[in-house]
Amino acid sequence: MAQPRIGVFVCHCGRNIAGTVDVEHVTERAAEIPGVVLATHYDYMCSDPGQDLVARSIKEHRLNGVVVAACSPGMHEDTFREAARSAGLNPYLVEMANIREQCSWVHQGPAATDKASRILATVVEKVKGNLPLEPSTMDHANKCLVIGGGVAGIQAALDVANAGFEVLLVERSPSIGGRMAQLSETFPTLDCSQCILTPKMVEVDRHPNIRILANSELEEVTGFLGNWRVRIRKRATYVDPEKCNLCGDCVGACPVRVPSAFDEGLSERAAIHIPFPQAIPSSYTLDKETCLGLTPLRCSECRDACEAGAIDYDMQDEFLEEDIGAIIVATGYELLPKERMAEYGYGEIPDVIDGLEFERMVSASGPTQGELRRPSDGRVPKEIVFIQCSGSRDPELYKPYCSKICCMYTAKHALLYRHTVPDGKAYVFYIDVRAGGKDYEEFVQRAMEEDRILYLRGKVAKVFQQGDKVMVWGVDTLTDRRVEVAADLVVLAQAMVPSAGVAELARKLRVSVDEHAFLKEAHPKLRPLEALAAGVFLAGAAQGPKDIPESVAQGSGAAVKAVMLLSAPELIHSPEVAEVDELLCSACGICSPQCPYEAITVEDTAEVNEMLCEGCGTCVAACPSGAMSLRNLADSQVLAMLRAALEEREEAEVSGG
Amino acid sequence: MAENGFEPRIAALLCRWCAYAGADLAGTSRLSYPPNMIPIRVPCSGRVEPSWVIEALNAGADAVLIGGCHPGDCHYVSGNYKARRRVALLRRVLGELGVDPARVRLEWVSASEGAKFARVMRDYVEEIRALGPHEGGLGSSTAPEAVAESVVEAVEQVVQHG
Repeated sequence: MAQPRIGVFVCHCGRNIAGTVDVEHVTERAAEIPGVVLATHYDYMCSDPGQDLVARSIKEHRLNGVVVAACSPGMHEDTFREAARSAGLNPYLVEMANIREQCSWVHQGPAATDKASRILATVVEKVKGNLPLEPSTMDHANKCLVIGGGVAGIQAALDVANAGFEVLLVERSPSIGGRMAQLSETFPTLDCSQCILTPKMVEVDRHPNIRILANSELEEVTGFLGNWRVRIRKRATYVDPEKCNLCGDCVGACPVRVPSAFDEGLSERAAIHIPFPQAIPSSYTLDKETCLGLTPLRCSECRDACEAGAIDYDMQDEFLEEDIGAIIVATGYELLPKERMAEYGYGEIPDVIDGLEFERMVSASGPTQGELRRPSDGRVPKEIVFIQCSGSRDPELYKPYCSKICCMYTAKHALLYRHTVPDGKAYVFYIDVRAGGKDYEEFVQRAMEEDRILYLRGKVAKVFQQGDKVMVWGVDTLTDRRVEVAADLVVLAQAMVPSAGVAELARKLRVSVDEHAFLKEAHPKLRPLEALAAGVFLAGAAQGPKDIPESVAQGSGAAVKAVMLLSAPELIHSPEVAEVDELLCSACGICSPQCPYEAITVEDTAEVNEMLCEGCGTCVAACPSGAMSLRNLADSQVLAMLRAALEEREEAEVSGG
Repeated sequence: MAENGFEPRIAALLCRWCAYAGADLAGTSRLSYPPNMIPIRVPCSGRVEPSWVIEALNAGADAVLIGGCHPGDCHYVSGNYKARRRVALLRRVLGELGVDPARVRLEWVSASEGAKFARVMRDYVEEIRALGPHEGGLGSSTAPEAVAESVVEAVEQVVQHG
């Protein structure tokens, strides 16, 4: 900075600051600091007259730096930087001294005044070293990557595509549709799940702006906000979808039978299969893991049976590289694995199943075409017990959180059961019934009253096999009585957990997950759709337990966030980043591995990619020769700030709290 | 307060995303704490150079607090881990020079931990009051300038490999 001409503006914030801090004294002290040519105070600096005062003073006093001593920079830094810009002063020459949140609100007496004036002095020293800067701008890619083809991802993809942007929808399994495709009816309306989902799946399939990559996973992400380069592995399906006419002859020919994941293991599928009739993309997939060998020497039954000649054992995984401008993560959930619920006999007793298995059992497209038959002997269960909070709200053993959807789907399951088996008895063990949602409470009441489902408030202590019955021992805490049910079938409302592999995906995307591996939002209340990494958005149960309407709403919300980014003419990046003094740099390379963003390359000297640099300054701290510095937070500035903070003063030093 | 009326002066280098925001929340929540600390906002605890701490101690600070995001929560992915290693080594070097390592403290305070920020400040001020003033700069018993310089060098060496 040339000869500093700094203006200091001390805000009273009504009584918020002036009630504790002697603002006149702080102003007088500020006026004594070398380089300060104007120091003044005012009731509310953020008001229009206050901002005018700043703008007018910049012109009148030819200020080349401004310090506003008021609230936290998070509150009004932008306000005063804009006011300065309007008066012709570069906004990066304006800083705030936080004498409210970090002073007047937490201290009293002369010590508060002394601290306020010290804070102010540090910021004056910083402004003296600040340089006028201009934000960097850059072009960005226009394509959106949506990871996960469940209902949240489908909704997000459709909304982004309908806004006119290209979408790449990456799905790990052979079909989009996600969990919703597995469900029978949906609460609280009892709509058939597939009937309302499949039109959306078809819309995705036909949309000119959407490309579906099924059987695919994200391999690698490089780059940054607006300009990612992603590498996607599309696993070989060994079936050419162009030639496949879906006749199904291959399935009949295949000698392999393995449990079907789509039917939650309740039916079998061949190694070559289509997960469900409405699958999209509508093509068969030959599962390499269970196929006898992908070589005609071992087995070529499916290829021999395929009259269309669609099967190609030599097909290889493909790798696609795409430039991506925005990323939406919608990887969904799974249920807590059954092997872990020994106390409920889950995984040991064949007639103890989980909620998704029940969905397949009562689904019209399920293995029994919707006829409810229990796994062990195929009999229609006459007494059925539903156990809620199985693994949820159980901080000692399993998950401390509420899985949110189970109260509602359990009511739905019990109701569907009563409609399917009118002479059957249904019991529900619960801790509380949480039915917050439009028409949800009414639905649960209907299940209890009209369908005469017996709700028992209490946890189940033990589930065990006795003869062909599954014994359920529990307590009804409302009547304080032991309850024993000899059930034919037990359904556990297993805790929702994030899909397998989400933590690894999060690492690739450089976004955070919480302690349960749900994706972490940038702010739990105000930024629930954004990851902390700029340009990555979250949708659906990957972020936390959610039902269908919430997942759809979040999918649409994330889509809007992505569209805001994709439709911006150019991206703006803060200029407060690291820079290299090439004369001092010896190209030692110590800085480069410090950078989490791979923003530094080292050849003849180190070089910082300003668009990648986020301005953390860890490379600066590591540079042995002082060649690396952080714009507007150079070492010299911090040292001057420290000296100002610690300056010896004769008058009232800090005294007491 | 200590019997001799000693009031420590503490410089605090607070990462803007977590500790500084936590200090703001302490203010919004009106959680009072002793006024002995002057905050300086830095982008990341990883920006903090150990030499700043030494300069601060030489400039009259009785202690320096560095506030960063909790492990795993760094806004810049891993800056707080680097800060942790640097501070660990810095404390060892200070100990070698006869400066109580307690004069440097690294604390993890999230943006939602206003109460923790206030508690940390109360604890730390109490601890430094009990410890007494930091006197005479670094290595005052021998050749002060040379020792201070060698400390800076030693610290920078470890920083580069941290």
